[in-house]
Amino acid sequence: MSTSEPVPAVRPARPDYLNASYGVRSWLLTSDHKRIAILYLITVTFFFAIGGVAAALVRLELLTPAGDVFQAETYNKIFTTHGIMMVFFFLIPAIPAVLGNFLVPLMIGAKDLAFPRINLLSWYLLVIGGLIALWALIHGGLDTGWTFYTPYSTVYSNGWVVVTAVGIFIAGFSSILTGLNFIVTLHTMRAPGMTWTRMPLFCWGMYATAIIQILGTPVIAITLLLVGAERLFHLGIFDPAQGGDPVLFQHLFWFYSHPAVYIMILPAMAVISELVTAFSRKPIFGYKFIAGSSIAIAALSFLVWGHHMFVSGQSVYAGLVFSILSFMVAIPSAIKVFNWTATLYKGSVSYQTPLLYALGFIGLFTFGGLTGLFLASLGLDIHVHDTYFIVAHFHYIMVGGTIMAYLGGMHYWWPKISGKLYPEYWSRVSAWVIFIGFNLTFFPQFIVGYLGMPRRYHQYPEEFQVLNVMSTAGASILGIGYLIPLVYFIWSMRYGKDAADNPWGATGLEWQTPSPPPTENFVETPVVSGRPYDYATGREEVALG
Amino acid sequence: MSAHGKGHGGVGAYIGVFLTLMALTLLTVWAAYQHLGIWNTPVALGIATTKAALVALIFMHLKDSPKLTAMVVGSSLLFLAFLIFVTASDYLTRKWVPIYFR
Amino acid sequence: MASPTHAALAHDDAPPELRHHFPDLAKQREASSLGMWVFLVTEVLFFGGMFLAYAIYRETHRRAFEGASNLLDLKLGATNTIVLIVSSLTMALAVWASGRSRKNATVLFLVLTMLLGATFLGIKYVEYKQKFERHEVPGPHFVVPQDEETHQPLPRQSEMFFSLYFCMTGLHAIHMIIGLGLVSWLVVRARRGEFSERYNTPVDMVGLYWHFVDIIWIYLFPLLYLLGRHTL
Repeated sequence: MSTSEPVPAVRPARPDYLNASYGVRSWLLTSDHKRIAILYLITVTFFFAIGGVAAALVRLELLTPAGDVFQAETYNKIFTTHGIMMVFFFLIPAIPAVLGNFLVPLMIGAKDLAFPRINLLSWYLLVIGGLIALWALIHGGLDTGWTFYTPYSTVYSNGWVVVTAVGIFIAGFSSILTGLNFIVTLHTMRAPGMTWTRMPLFCWGMYATAIIQILGTPVIAITLLLVGAERLFHLGIFDPAQGGDPVLFQHLFWFYSHPAVYIMILPAMAVISELVTAFSRKPIFGYKFIAGSSIAIAALSFLVWGHHMFVSGQSVYAGLVFSILSFMVAIPSAIKVFNWTATLYKGSVSYQTPLLYALGFIGLFTFGGLTGLFLASLGLDIHVHDTYFIVAHFHYIMVGGTIMAYLGGMHYWWPKISGKLYPEYWSRVSAWVIFIGFNLTFFPQFIVGYLGMPRRYHQYPEEFQVLNVMSTAGASILGIGYLIPLVYFIWSMRYGKDAADNPWGATGLEWQTPSPPPTENFVETPVVSGRPYDYATGREEVALG
Repeated sequence: MSAHGKGHGGVGAYIGVFLTLMALTLLTVWAAYQHLGIWNTPVALGIATTKAALVALIFMHLKDSPKLTAMVVGSSLLFLAFLIFVTASDYLTRKWVPIYFR
Repeated sequence: MASPTHAALAHDDAPPELRHHFPDLAKQREASSLGMWVFLVTEVLFFGGMFLAYAIYRETHRRAFEGASNLLDLKLGATNTIVLIVSSLTMALAVWASGRSRKNATVLFLVLTMLLGATFLGIKYVEYKQKFERHEVPGPHFVVPQDEETHQPLPRQSEMFFSLYFCMTGLHAIHMIIGLGLVSWLVVRARRGEFSERYNTPVDMVGLYWHFVDIIWIYLFPLLYLLGRHTL
């Protein structure tokens, strides 16, 4: 690992947020955004592990064409557990609640988020919601898939729909409060001189994400509430027998759940913008376009939900409009990809681990995005709807995109978070293992889906077995790839070398304060005087004081 | 936001708004019994929106709030409109038959 | 925006209400106010989902909805509308009084607001009880009601109207109960003299919430109680 400044052999102990106080109480009652980020890190890692185990069981069942490991209903419960844990309790909170919580105040020179106690409350809500949902999924089971489509969820399913919905409802408040906190913080807590156009792109991404969390999440909350009321009190809001329309549920559900995809991917894009510029030693290409495209994606994301409903019975004309609007989302997404590659062009690129993840992200996200255009086309979607093609598509975005970026960001900011360096060799190994394992898992699914294998069944015709064996083998490699960073991150906390304040020689306020930062973040409130990512002039953008 | 919650409106304005709200409530009940054809609902919603705007502008001090607050309110209404009108566009065109099916 | 020297100075004689990460009370108030408005945005979309369901079904089952709507008790609904408007006035006056350090007036207006809120819920209880007695509550015990005028049974979808009626007014009532809790918390703090010209943010914020719940009712009243009256 290259360091821009020598690390002193013995560093004098100085107070930081980790050693400021000790004991479980000091963590569970903390209002320090950095400690809350650590709490989130542990929590989402736990939920990721649960979702990962469920994924492993799904792949195990699909190793052979016959349904020989689980019964159909058990299989349905397992993929539902996988979906709900990963979507609501890992992907949505992962980057905003862990990296965003840690970095937003540091990046804008604030002492904390605007509402520190609400920040802690939102962590408790995620934990409580997650445990309720987990209990329901394991104890009672739920076989509706993470989408809760009516009338199956309201009338026919024997699963624990209501309890799971309550868990997601509670976790939804966690998401809303995090978004609210970010919006208010970014509006009111920026350091002197930190204008909107001097703000790091990570913060722009968090802002765009927060907008979606605020505007979208309440709608899923009311939708799940109505589903719960329908089950508990036999109301008929989505029941055709009483004149209700199950398609209305899908409208309400996807009004949130499509933008929720952008709650997952916008923070990932925000991380990549930071990584690409830091490791190509160049100012980012087209700062304003990247910032603006985040907001554009956030706004457009609310107008495309109908592309999930092309075969649901919605009107042909609505499908047409949704299809056109869905194509339009490609524009701001492509702007980002082109700007990242333009930033890399002729940069002095150093292939450190975070950049490996970032490059993986750019490739896989582009692939996932382009196959998204297939799915946005009305005609083609009817062919591949509810097949493994769509499964592969959204895993390229969610896993190849979001998780790649999350891991890249974790590596990039780990020296700041923990004050320690991770082992360079193993981190490169894990990056490659994950990349290879990922592609081996999901690329065959594009083919098998295009050939017509439907999703959400525990059996399949024998002609699909080769591709499914490849997929399961890839999933095993991917699983090992995820375990390696888990091991060496924990290892490095005790045995890792001490990190310098700015090990990457990067710009940005978070690198101007010690690693790990003191509880108050900055000894003195910083004053910002220049553009972000000022690598070209070779001087720091920020004067402390 | 240096006004510290004082000075907005004042008691006089509050009473004025209150009386207007009362009058509008009576008006909307009266209007509901009139045969206005398709206009019954628009009139009712128009009166409700006027009442809501009065509450927001005066009771909630939106009139004296920073532009940002107005933007926040505006964005909530914009996205509510997206939700309602885009969904309605599906229901309103459900019965349209594509030309090649005719 | 606060200058850095201002930020450094602020904590020497910091007022007790100032949280450590804000430079001054004005900034803290700005953040609270923005936070509350953003929260109300989420509430708009929360109720928005049900308004959407109402709009769609009201268009598809117009006759059932108009007939069922006429079965609601307009007198009680209108009374409740007036009660809520008066409570909004008293809440606005409570904010006004707390911002002028008038402790007794603040307490008085807050208590009045609570009484009016409780009155609203009481009337709501009477209405709900009527619905139960007449088997107009959706679910297994629902009996399709008769039209007010023609005494013919209403279309089957009238049950949908009552489903939405109970969901919408029920959720609104839950918000009223939360509001009552918040106002009673304010009464305790106001009696202790915690609010003054310098700091009355909690009263201001709860006020915003209370007015917002009033606005929801302003829309619920014509949509639920008045939509079919012209057919009578």
